[in-house]
Formats: sequence, C-alpha cells, structure tokens
Amino acid sequence: MHPAFSVIFLTTLIGLGQGLFLALYTEQVYSILKVLQTQVYIEYFSKASMVSLGLLVLGLIASFFHLGHPERAWRSATQWRTSWLSREVIVLPISMFFIFVYGCIYHFDLNATLFNVGEIPINISLIVGFIATLMTFSLYVSTGMIYASIRFLQEWHSPLTVINYTLIGVASGFTLAAAIASEFAPGLLNFYTGWSIALIIIAFIFRLFSLLRNKNLRPKSTVQTAIGIRHSQIKQISQGSMGGSFNTREYFHGKKESFVHSVKWIFIVMGFILPLLLLISNFYFNDQNILLAAVLIQYIGLLFERWYFFADANHPQNIYYQMIS
Amino acid sequence: MQNPTHKEDNEHIETKTTTCYMCACRCGIRVTLKNGEVKYIQGNPEHPLNKGVMCAKGASGIMKQYSPARLNKPLLRKKGAERGLNEFEEISWEKAFEIMEARLAKIRETDPKKFALFTGRDQMQALTGLFAKQFGTPNYAAHGGFCSVNMAAGMIYTIGGSFWEFGGPDLERARLFIMFGTAEDHHSNPLKIALSKYKRSGGRFISINPVRTGYSAVADEWVPIKPGTDGALLLALIHEIIELGLYDRDFLVQYTNAAELVDTDAESDQDGLFVRREEEAQEGKCFDPQDKLWWDRQTNKAVKTHTENIDPFLLGEFTMEDGKTVKPSFQLLVDRVKEYTPEWAESITGIPADTIKRLAHEMGITARDYQIELPIEWTDTWGKDHETVTGNPVAFHAMRGLAAHSNGFHTIRSLSILMTLLGTIDKPGGFRHKAPFPRPIPPCAKTPKGPEGVQPNTPLAGMALGWPADPDDLFVDDDGQPVRLDKAFSWEHPLSVHGLMHNAITNAWRGDPYKIDTMLIFMANMAWNSSMNTTEVREMLNDKDENGEFKIPFLIVCDAFQSEMVAYADLVLPDTTYLERHDVMSMLDRPISEFEGPVDSVRIPVLPPSGECKPFQEVVIELGSRLKLPAFVDKEGKRKYRDYPDFITNHETEPGSGIGFLAGWRGKSGEKFMTGEPNPQQWEMYEKNNCVYHYELPRSYQYMRNFNQGYLKWARRHRLTRFVEPITIHLYSEVLQKFKLAAQGKYGERRPPEHLRERVETYFDPLPFYYTPLETQLTDTQKYPLNALTQRPMAMYHSWDSQNAWLRQIHSHNYLYVNRKTALENGIANDDWIWVESMHGKVRCMCRHSEAVEPGTVWTWNAIGKARGSWGLSEQSNESQKGFLLNHLISEELPGDEHLSNSDPVTGQAGWYDVRVRIYKAEADEPEQTSPQFDFPKKIKGLGKVSQWLTYVAGKGGKS
Amino acid sequence: MSQLALVIDLNVCVGCHACVTSCKEWNTSGLAGYLSDKRPYDKDPTGTFFNRVQSFEIGQFPKTEMVHFPKSCLHCEEPPCVPVCPTGASYKREEDGIVLVDYDKCIGCKYCSWACPYGARELDEHQKVMKKCTLCVDRIYDQSIVEDERKPSCVLSCPTSARLFGDVHDPDSDVSEKIREQGGYQLMPEWGTKPANHYLPRRKTSLTIHHDELVRADNPLKKEEQLPQPDFDDPSLDDVTSW
Ligand SMILES: Nc1nc2c(c(=O)[nH]1)N[C@H]1C(S)=C(S)[C@@H](COP(=O)(O)OP(=O)(O)OC[C@H]3O[C@@H](n4cnc5c(=O)[nH]c(N)nc54)[C@H](O)[C@@H]3O)O[C@H]1N2
Ligand SMILES: Nc1nc2c(c(=O)[nH]1)N[C@H]1C(S)=C(S)[C@@H](COP(=O)(O)OP(=O)(O)OC[C@H]3O[C@@H](n4cnc5c(=O)[nH]c(N)nc54)[C@H](O)[C@@H]3O)O[C@H]1N2
Ligand code: SF4
Ligand code: SF4
Ligand code: SF4
Ligand code: SF4
Ligand code: SF4
Ligand SMILES: [Mo]
Repeated sequence: MHPAFSVIFLTTLIGLGQGLFLALYTEQVYSILKVLQTQVYIEYFSKASMVSLGLLVLGLIASFFHLGHPERAWRSATQWRTSWLSREVIVLPISMFFIFVYGCIYHFDLNATLFNVGEIPINISLIVGFIATLMTFSLYVSTGMIYASIRFLQEWHSPLTVINYTLIGVASGFTLAAAIASEFAPGLLNFYTGWSIALIIIAFIFRLFSLLRNKNLRPKSTVQTAIGIRHSQIKQISQGSMGGSFNTREYFHGKKESFVHSVKWIFIVMGFILPLLLLISNFYFNDQNILLAAVLIQYIGLLFERWYFFADANHPQNIYYQMIS
Repeated sequence: MQNPTHKEDNEHIETKTTTCYMCACRCGIRVTLKNGEVKYIQGNPEHPLNKGVMCAKGASGIMKQYSPARLNKPLLRKKGAERGLNEFEEISWEKAFEIMEARLAKIRETDPKKFALFTGRDQMQALTGLFAKQFGTPNYAAHGGFCSVNMAAGMIYTIGGSFWEFGGPDLERARLFIMFGTAEDHHSNPLKIALSKYKRSGGRFISINPVRTGYSAVADEWVPIKPGTDGALLLALIHEIIELGLYDRDFLVQYTNAAELVDTDAESDQDGLFVRREEEAQEGKCFDPQDKLWWDRQTNKAVKTHTENIDPFLLGEFTMEDGKTVKPSFQLLVDRVKEYTPEWAESITGIPADTIKRLAHEMGITARDYQIELPIEWTDTWGKDHETVTGNPVAFHAMRGLAAHSNGFHTIRSLSILMTLLGTIDKPGGFRHKAPFPRPIPPCAKTPKGPEGVQPNTPLAGMALGWPADPDDLFVDDDGQPVRLDKAFSWEHPLSVHGLMHNAITNAWRGDPYKIDTMLIFMANMAWNSSMNTTEVREMLNDKDENGEFKIPFLIVCDAFQSEMVAYADLVLPDTTYLERHDVMSMLDRPISEFEGPVDSVRIPVLPPSGECKPFQEVVIELGSRLKLPAFVDKEGKRKYRDYPDFITNHETEPGSGIGFLAGWRGKSGEKFMTGEPNPQQWEMYEKNNCVYHYELPRSYQYMRNFNQGYLKWARRHRLTRFVEPITIHLYSEVLQKFKLAAQGKYGERRPPEHLRERVETYFDPLPFYYTPLETQLTDTQKYPLNALTQRPMAMYHSWDSQNAWLRQIHSHNYLYVNRKTALENGIANDDWIWVESMHGKVRCMCRHSEAVEPGTVWTWNAIGKARGSWGLSEQSNESQKGFLLNHLISEELPGDEHLSNSDPVTGQAGWYDVRVRIYKAEADEPEQTSPQFDFPKKIKGLGKVSQWLTYVAGKGGKS
Repeated sequence: MSQLALVIDLNVCVGCHACVTSCKEWNTSGLAGYLSDKRPYDKDPTGTFFNRVQSFEIGQFPKTEMVHFPKSCLHCEEPPCVPVCPTGASYKREEDGIVLVDYDKCIGCKYCSWACPYGARELDEHQKVMKKCTLCVDRIYDQSIVEDERKPSCVLSCPTSARLFGDVHDPDSDVSEKIREQGGYQLMPEWGTKPANHYLPRRKTSLTIHHDELVRADNPLKKEEQLPQPDFDDPSLDDVTSW
C-alpha cells in the first residue's frame, strides 16, 4: 500500500492522545484504589487532558487531508452498522467530548464526589473518565479494525493489528504522560516511566510478532487465481496504462525494497529500543530533556512504524498492476 | 447518481452518421452531438463493414477532434529561418493560394516534373492522382511503395487480386486459417469480427509470425519463424504438398497456367515463354490471350488449352513437332521446388521440418477432405455450366510480415501459388476477391514509356503509376534511366507499381536523377516515422547548396496536426479532421468492398471546420481551378466546380463516361449504379443510407470471378473492366520471364543498364525462389545477429495518435522486446537501458524481456516514439524521453555507392523488416533517456491551450 | 432477483482496447462523468478509466501463450467494497445487482477501493470521488435508445464480441448458458466475493491426421501417365470373328 501521510498522522496522533488520556485515568484509578499514595495533581490532569484532546484534534485535522470531500465528512457517520470507518468517525468525537469534559472537570475543579462505594469515593471525573476510557478503547478497536477488517490485506487482517494499534498508542501515551509529569507532577514520574517501559516492551513484543507473522504469510491470491489460468509461469507484460493509474499510485509505495527494509530498522530502533533506553536511563539521570527526547524519538519512530505498516501490506490488486507497457 | 437513469433536459442532442478515419479501415460511425460537441462516437450497426463495432482509436475520436495539437491557420516559414524549428508566421488562405499558384504555374509552364506530390496514409488517391496527372508531373505516389506493394504486386501478378484492401480470407466458411505476418492490418474491425466468429465455430487458426501478440494471441497454434524466411517455408510447403499429391489438380488444369507448355530451349530467345498458337496472337490488349497449348494425355500431342474433354499432362517433358522441347509450367515448378525440402527450410526458418510437413498435411487434407459444395449455378468463361460452387476451406491471410522484406515479392508469389495449388482462389472458405478486383494480370493502367510523356502545360501522357507487363512498359529514357524522381518503373525496380516514396526526399536532395523545385507532402510524416534513415532525412530536408539555397527549394505540407514534418515546411496547410469534411472512399482508389460486391462510402461533415482549417480536397479543387488544369475548368478556362462536393457529384472520368468517384445512386435520379449520369442528389442519398453504397452481386457472380462469365460480363457492363477474358492464374509468370530475357538480351528492344543487368536477370524469375533479403546479404550477421521489427499497436495509428489524450495513455512510450534468453545472454536485465545498433545507426531505449518472441528477433511498437516538441506534447513527454523510433536504424539505401534503394528488387517495396541489429547494455552513467534526441522546436503560435487537467464533458463548451 | 454482469470470452479477445476507450467516451459525458485525465499532454499522462485491458505471457518460448485480459468492476454478489463505505455512497442495487457509487455522497476516502481485491475502483483525482464501472446503467435502461443498443458501451464496441452482457441469475440467459457450457469462472474465488462477471477460458481446435489420408487412391500424381491409346495394329475382335 502507498502510505498516506494524512493517515499516518491521524493514527499516530490519536493513538498518542488516547494513550495519554489512558495514562491519566490509570493514575486516577490507581490513586483512588490507593495503589498509589499520591497527591492530586489537578493542574497536571487538566493540562494533560487538554494535550490529549489537542492531539485528537490534530489527528482529526490530519484525517481531513485524506478526504476528497471533507465538507461532506459528516456523511461518514451514517454507516455505523457495517463500516468500521464510520464507527471510528462516531467514536472519535465522542472520545474527544469525554476527554474534554474530563479535562474541564479538573480545570474548573468540579470534581465533586458523588457517592462512595465502600471506601472508594466515586467522583464525577471517575465516571466521565470511565466512559472516556471505554470510548478510547473503542476508538483503538475501530481504528485498528479499519485495517484489520480488510481480509484481502493479509498483513493487516489479524487481531495483532488491533492489539498493536492499541499497545503502541498506549505506550506512546504513557511516555508522553511521563514527560508532562516531569514538569507538572514529578511524583508520578516513576509511575509513568515504569508503565511506559513495561508497555513499550509488550508493544514491541507484539509488533515483532506481527513482523514475524507477515514474513511468513503466503499470499492467498496469486496471478493464477487472479486471472484464472493454471500455469506455473505467468508474467504480466502490460497493465493497460503506461503513465500509471490510481491503482499504481494507491497500492504501491514506489520505494526500493532496501528502503522499506531500513524503515523497518528505523522504527524498531526509534519507536521501541531508543525510547526504552532513554526511559531507563532517566531513572539515573532524571533529566526532563531525556524524557522529551524519548517522546519525540518515539513519535518519529512510530511515524516510521506506521509508514512501514502500509508499505508492508501487499494488496492482491497489485497482481493486476505489475508491469507498465 | 441515486437515479442513474435520470436525464437533463437542457440538452440538444443530435446524431449523424459518417465514416471513421482514425485509420484506413473506414468503419461506419454514428456521432452523437450534445449542444454541438461530440458526446459519443459509436459504430454504425447498419454499416456493412463494421456492423456496429469499434476500435480503440475510433472510440477516441473526440480527443482527436479537440486535440491541442491541431493546426488551425495556414503558416509560412519566417524569412531566413531554418527548417525544422517551427518558425512560422500566420498567413491567410488567399496568400497561401497565391504563393502556390505562382510557383506551380511556373513549374508547369517549364518542366512539370519539378513538382512532386507525395501522399501518405490518405484515402484520396483518386483525387490527388488526378491532380498530378492533370498537372503533368510523373512524380506522384502515395504510401504504397513503403507500405505493402509487395503484397499487391506479388498477388496481383499471380492471381489478379490481393489481400490488403482488395480481397481476403473467407472465414465464414473456412476450416483452417493460416495467418502470416499480420499484426493489425487495414481491415481491422472486419477481420476481428470474422476471426471471433471463425474461432467460435470451431475453425482452426494458425499464426506464423516471429512474435505472438494481437491476433496471434488467440491462434490455436503459433509457429515462430525467423524474419524474412517465409519464402523458404512456403516453398517447402509447396514441395511437400506436391510430393504427396495434395494439390487440386482439376483447379490447376482449368484455371491456371500450370498445364500450359513452356519453351525450355535455353538457347532460344523464346526460352521460358509459353508456346503459342501463332494464328491467334493478339497484341496490345491487356488480357491473357487464350493462345497457349496443353499436352493431351490421350493423343500425346499439343492441343489448344481448354479444348473440351481434354485432360492434359501437368508433369513431363515433351517434344513438339518442330522439335522444340516443352514442359508444362507445373513441371517447372516441380523442378524448382525439388531442392526446397522441409529439412532445407528448417535450417533457414527455424521451424522443425516435422512441423512444416504437418502444416502441409493439414492444409492439403483440409482442402481435399472438407470440401464445400454450394448449390450455386454459374457459367465459366469457356461457356461451361457448373451446378455448384465448390470450396476447399483453407484460408490464408498475410500482410507486411511478408511484404516488408526485400524478398517479399517472391515470398508472396509463393504464397499465392500455395493458395492456388490448394484450389482456394475466389472460392468459399478460401481467398475471396473484392471489387474492383480481380483485374487482368497485370492490370491495364500504364505509365508513359519515356520522358516524352512529360510536357509543359500538358497532362501526363499516361498514369503516374501503372502495371508494367513487359520491359517496354518501363518509364525510362533511351539510356534506360528513370524519368521519375523516385526511380519507379525503371530497371532498378521495374514493377514498382506504387512508386518509392521512401526514396523521394533522398533523391530530390541529391538531385538524382534530377533536382526538383517544389514538393507537396500530404498526410505523410516524412520527417519521422514514414521515412527510413530519419535522422539524415531530417538533415536533408534542411540542407542547403553552395549558394545557400535549400536543396529541396520549396516544401508544402498539408497536415492536421503539429507533426514532425510540419516543422520542416515552408508552407503549412491546416487540414480539417475527418469529422469536418466531405470525403469519398472511391472505387477508383481503395473502396471498402465486400466479398459479395462493391461497396463505397463517403464522409459527410458532422461539425464545421475548426479555426481556419480547410479540407485538402478543397485545396486541390481550388489549385486545379487556378492552374486551369483541364479537368477542373471548362472550355473557357473558367472554374468548373464550386467545391469538392460539387466536383464529386459532377466530375466524370471522361465527358459522358458516366463514371465518377462514387458508384452509388448515379443517373439523374439515382436509379443507376457504377455508371450513370451525375445525380445532383447523390450526396443526400449517401447521407440517407449511412454514408455507404453497397451493391450485392447475384450469388452466381460472387465466386470464381477470374473465370466467371456472368461476373466478368457484369463487370464489363458496369465498366469495372474492359475485358471479359478469363483471368488465368499465373503460377508461372511470363511477365517476369520477359524481363529476365531482356536482361539476357533476348527480348524486345530495351535493356537494363549494365550495372543492373545481373540483378534483373536474377530477381526476375518466372517461378518463385528463396533468397536472403538484400540488406542481410550485405550485413555482417556475426556482428549484427538479430532481426529488428516493428508491429502496429491496435490502439494507435502510426504517428497520429500521440496527440490523443486517451490513446497516449495506452501507449505513451515503447520498449524493445527481446526474448528473455537472448537478453540474458547479452547481460541485459528487464527494464535495462540498452543500445540497439545497426549498420546505419543506433538508438538507446529500454529493454523488456519476453517469451513471446523468437530468440533471433527483437521488436517494438511502431511510431510511438516522437521527436521532442512535436504533437503538442511537453518537452518531458514520455514519447520523446522514453519512446524511440526504430527508423533511425533503417536505411533507405543499401550499403555501397550505387545508391540502390533498400527495397525489393522487383517492386521497390521498402525493406523495413530486413534490418539487422545488435544490442548491448548502456553504460551506468548514461542518461535514462532515449537517444537520439532532437532540439525542442518553437511552439507553434495559436495552437490549442494545454492544461494540467482534462475534464471533458460534451456540450459544456469544454468545461466540466 | 436479477444480477446483470459481463461475461468475457478470453478465447476471442485480441486485446484491442476498443472496450477501454468506448467506455471512457460514453461515461465521460454520461452520468458517471467526467472521467478526468491528468497531464494529458505531458509526462506520465494518467486518467480515470473504468475498464482496462492487460496482457499476460504464459509459459516459456516456444510454448508461449499470450492472454489479453480486460477487467472492469465485477459487480460482486458479496461486494466487500460496499459495507466498508462510511457514507453509504457505495451501494449495490437490489433490482439488478449493479454496484454503484453515489458521487454526491462520496467523500473520497478511498476505503472502498482498499476493500476491492480486484483493483476495479478508481478515484477521480480531479473530482475527488470514487468511480467505477456502472455497467452503463445510464444506457441499458434508457428508453430513448433502441432496444438492441441498450447494452454497455464496451459490449457494443467489442469487435470480437468477447464481451457478453446479461443476467447471470437467469439460468436461460445467454450468459448463464455460456458460463455453464464453456467453463465460465470467477476471479479470485478464494475471497468469496462471488463476482458476477465471469470469464470464459481459451479453447483450442486441433486437427488429427491419419496416415492413410496421405496416401489415397485419388492422388493426382497418379494422373500423369499417358492415357491408354492402343496401337492400330493391336489385336481386335475384327481379327477373329465375322458375325
Ligand atoms: N491500429 C493500427 N492499424 C493499422 C495501422 C496502424 O498504424 N495502427 N497501420 C495500417 C497500415 S498503413 C498498414 S500497412 C497495415 C499493416 O498491417 P500489418 O501488416 O498487420 O502490420 P505490421 O505491424 O507491419 O505487422 C507485421 C507483422 O508481421 C510480423 N513479421 C515481421 N517480419 C515477419 C516475417 O518475416 N515473417 C512473418 N511471418 N511475420 C513477420 C510482425 O511480427 C508483425 O506481427 O496496418 C494498418 N492498420
Ligand atoms: N519502422 C517502421 N516504419 C514504418 C512502418 C513500419 O512498419 N515500421 N510502416 C510504414 C507504413 S506501412 C506506412 S503506411 C507509413 C505510414 O506513414 P504515414 O502515412 O506517413 O503516416 P503517419 O506518419 O502516421 O501520418 C502522416 C500524417 O498524417 C497526418 N494526419 C492525420 N490525420 C490527418 C488528416 O485528416 N489530414 C491531414 N492532412 N493529415 C492528417 C498526421 O498528423 C501525420 O503527420 O509508415 C511506414 N513507416
Ligand atoms: S478500425 Fe479504423 S475506421 Fe474502424 S473504428 Fe477503428 S479507427 Fe475507425
Ligand atoms: S469488483 Fe471490486 S468494486 Fe466491483 S463489486 Fe467487486 S469488490 Fe466491489
Ligand atoms: S471513497 Fe466514497 S464510495 Fe468509497 S468508501 Fe469512501 S465514501 Fe464510500
Ligand atoms: S459496462 Fe459500461 S462502464 Fe462498465 S466497463 Fe463497460 S462501458 Fe465501462
Ligand atoms: S474490445 Fe473486445 S477484443 Fe478488444 S480488448 Fe476489449 S474485450 Fe478484448
Ligand atoms: Mo501502410
């Protein structure tokens, strides 16, 4: 597939934003459950929620660049019964709304306790955050399923796609949370760093799984099934358009194999290994800049990851568009 | 789109019929206009030729009509500007006519041959030929000489008709169909219609071609052959068929000269001529007199041919009463092919001997055992009634794969003989003629015999092109030197019945045989794909003599698009498109006849001319009138015809002849056909009838037309021919033998010049023989081991369609296709940039591996590559940067100082497909761009606007 | 419920591209129009086409086959491109099974094209909406066109009549019969998309020659002897009897 930058930014940005929110809510749940003994960093929560929201908004904006007719984008909410894309389109603003409300609760300090369940105080933000969390996860699933549901794209058609979208998004969100925390909530720093490290490791393992899986995939469609001729030697000699067509632009990355290969290593290093090392090293150095670098490097790494995700997918339609002449 | 069948109501829709001219096939079309713009061009279901179907080109007519490369003003080269740079100023038509009139009138008064008129892939040779003849110049020809004259001459000199536009395979009834060297051909749509019907009805289809694409793709069997070797294959097939007795003996005896006795006394000056009964000698008539002899098997004596109840010998040697030894010509053929065994042919053609034998068996057995008998009564020219028409259902087709080699004439003679042996001439399931064929062998038209035929202010004393029957018919001076600029009908190429357009520019530039003044090129891209040796020809076109004058002083080009040739013109005449003009596909040129009878057709404009375009037809009428050429003015010298439609309606070949350009709806009120007085309503009648006139012959006249009394009388009555004598098939060609004898000093008065004597003696052989193509003979084939060919792509017409936004997406550039093994042996990977080099030049291009080409052959699509800056394309266009033209590698002359044309020595057919090349990888640091490249000429001012997007919708003034 | 479709006979398709450009000319001024072209006279011209003809070489020299292969939207019975569309612009018509795009709803997200394994959809880069073969829905029902010609443009134009058009659900239709009797097949059956368009395979005709056919009694070579003409002096009845 041809990696489209609008989609790369969309998925990485919202993944990051969602992850950041989940990081916040995790902390809240932890502290409520008293797993963590912390003070309440109101400013941190309000600021970080807004960052999360901002990322989602940026993602949304990026997505418009993908559309031929953004002015009709509202129509894309109509087919939620069948289309994961439609579902994403619905869940995204809902998530944004609840994250927004969540942030507001902190910002305007409206976090009244409604009732108690046992010793646990149930406040507004907990409920709103719970809904937002559900939405966030639905959003991860929807986004992932947009890709995973296309069964012809065997590289994508796997639960791993959804898992990876989620894990990678969450991991990047926790890293960002750590970085923000270092400014506004130093007490949470180790909590987030620890989580980030764990999540990056898990995400990395799953991503490696999918790399391994895709490497061993055998394409279900072959030129034989594509044109219905049984012969072991079939070579296309003409695709009917010499200056290229939509089919050659949308489904081919147009890069050399070696380039794609290096992208893979770049994302492995930048998206996982380096941030991991940086986060670990921060236990010793405790330098905000290291965290910022980790966030930045990880994000860039994930851009590469997403690029590779597209480039790696070989659409069966490509069988019909091998040869210009 | 929710209601996709909804229609807008503010549309003004009209539908008109006319005839397509995106190629020479000439299908009937229906053009739908919306608010005056072309919305849809579809095949006309009521048209006999294409029955409603289309082709890729025809369906892209919209993009031709609205192409930004269209010329729209007469242009004059700026004073002092070089040719080739498009430095023009716009002028008025009046000025253009004044320039032409002054120049041509002066030439005509002094030496008419200094005006040369050459035309390309047009279909108005009836008009341009008439104009040239009236002007008085011998220097007129159309594209035929560089196209497929071997096909025309080889077959017409043998069976009186030909493939090309004059006949074809009857696939309706054939059982076995063998196609040689055809990629697309002129009869594009009808052939495709027929081929699919044929295949569906279970017919077997074999394609013999070095390359498998197009039609060959759907063949049941592909027989890859080395280029230029079909002659060997055909002779071996003939050998095998004769050896097994698989020929149609009755057909040979009755309808061919196989049983006719030939004098075999090598010493005599009658050597190789038919023995004739003196008393009936008939001179000067253009038919085969029935004065030859057979050897009777019963009485063992010579008897008059076609004596009733006589069964002659086909084989043997006999002694006449006067002691003369004679042989039936069939025996001479048998002697000739003795050596041509399948094993011999295997080594030349690359086809296994077993395959050759099997092919011969398939042909022979199908012809013999699947005979068709139709209940159609007919009478032959000897008065014998036949209750049925029989057919031996083996059909052949061949085109330039055979024709475009310098041994093509004899190859095609071999094919015609093979078809004849199988008894398939004008029979159901075999070859069928199309009116106005068959013609006498050879046809009657003749050129003047010498320079005295060219006189100031006088029409030419004969035709510019003709059919020599005898050395005496050559168009040469007393020293045997050519009178024509292209040296046609000289000893160099005696039977060059379509001229040698491919040598016209070189000869004019060199002043050999003489210098000319003005050359008018109509619809031919001589600065590019229709010239051989393109790079040098472009230089010749711009070359100047010591005085700084152009060697070809004045060049007029009539074209519709900004072609490569236009850039070299001194005067450019912008033509209309086929949708904007009246036009005639005449019986006097190449009509679109069907097997069942004559068909001609017209174009009627569906749109007004764009810009200041003027149909070339109108230009010719105007010029003819201004120059007061007799056919265009009345006795007082006043203009006779208002315009071209008026000319068509009222012109008669001779006053009162009743023969005009159109055969349909003649006579005062359209009640006659073929001949009849002019009918003022003729155009309207064509218009009402889908622009086509189709006469269906009675069934009994539809077959065996060479010898069908009814048909021949019908043809004479309607002035298709003058003679009703049988058109006996020339298995043995006495015409050729006469030239040979002349070269041996034994026949007639005229002798070839010494340097051509041996050549004429060798190549004028009354029976076909195989020889390696001339250029190959002169090539170091160790150094240049590969044959290089071009093929016609189905979705492009020559150079015409690169300006067509849709078609150029299908072929925007071209590759050299090389057999994968051959490429790998040369260290060339798929898509590598390579050099292709011949003796004459080299081009850089991209290579594509292929399994569908014979290992000794490389090929590419013809005329896709373009010169930078032409055809309204940008400087970076794929056509010029990745596309290439093979013509740079092909020479118009053979190596040596004699300046002999690179052509068939008999017919002057251009030897396009004889070139030998080698290939090697381009260096890594070379640019990824084809070579040669040419300077980007100026954009012609006033051409259409080009924008980044094309969003055509009809009826909205070009806006979407 | 009927399902209109094309059946393409590879046995006769010669790869002429008539169907390609006649589709383009019909549709560019039709309801699906325009079909934009980018850089029409420049480098790498590219445009929207609903139908493309491709070529494949099969086998190795000299046993090479060449197959010309036209492909447009196959109007799948289980079209994966439809349910994924977030706007409902892509839909399959109940009444005749034609899969269409409503350009007024399409947002140009390209998602449907990702979900088509056949590469049959093309985004019009100028109008920025998804387009595809409409089965000439604006022709085949147009009452102002004579009935014989209410067929897709590509079908009318095809010189080898390699393109058959009809209802593949009607067992008596010509297309159903051809599919049944000539081994009509679907592309990429592994995805369960059930394309309505079918393809008919190549078929070969051969001739078997028996040895005895080459040596027959009526061989014309046997007709080259002198026909018997007895000498005057040969014995005759007159010599022996006198009735
Ligand atoms: N679409 C389209 N149609 C056209 C034209 C066009 O440009 N485009 N041009 C028109 C014109 S002017 C003409 S003359 C006709 C020409 O019609 P064709 O004769 O069909 O055209 P070519 O492309 O020259 O085809 C020559 C074929 O012969 C094969 N060949 C070459 N050498 C040999 C050989 O030695 N032996 C054998 N057996 N085969 C050989 C080539 O591989 C090729 O397939 O087409 C006409 N029709
Ligand atoms: N290498 C190689 N070269 C070949 C051949 C080959 O097989 N291989 N084939 C040869 C053969 S067979 C032929 S017939 C020639 C063909 O060669 P030509 O007959 O010269 O054909 P083109 O050069 O394509 O077209 C001539 C010109 O006609 C113009 N034209 C198109 N429509 C119109 C119109 O309506 N009016 C006017 N006035 N002009 C118009 C075009 O713009 C173009 O400039 O090529 C020959 N050249
Ligand atoms: S074959 Fe030639 S005449 Fe017929 S539709 Fe095509 S371009 Fe026109
Ligand atoms: S071919 Fe592709 S676009 Fe057409 S219906 Fe099937 S899946 Fe949809
Ligand atoms: S591109 Fe248009 S038709 Fe396709 S999925 Fe998106 S909105 Fe639907
Ligand atoms: S059915 Fe119509 S839209 Fe579809 S490919 Fe044929 S011509 Fe084009
Ligand atoms: S028009 Fe017919 S023969 Fe030509 S490419 Fe299309 S399907 Fe094949
Ligand atoms: Mo030609």
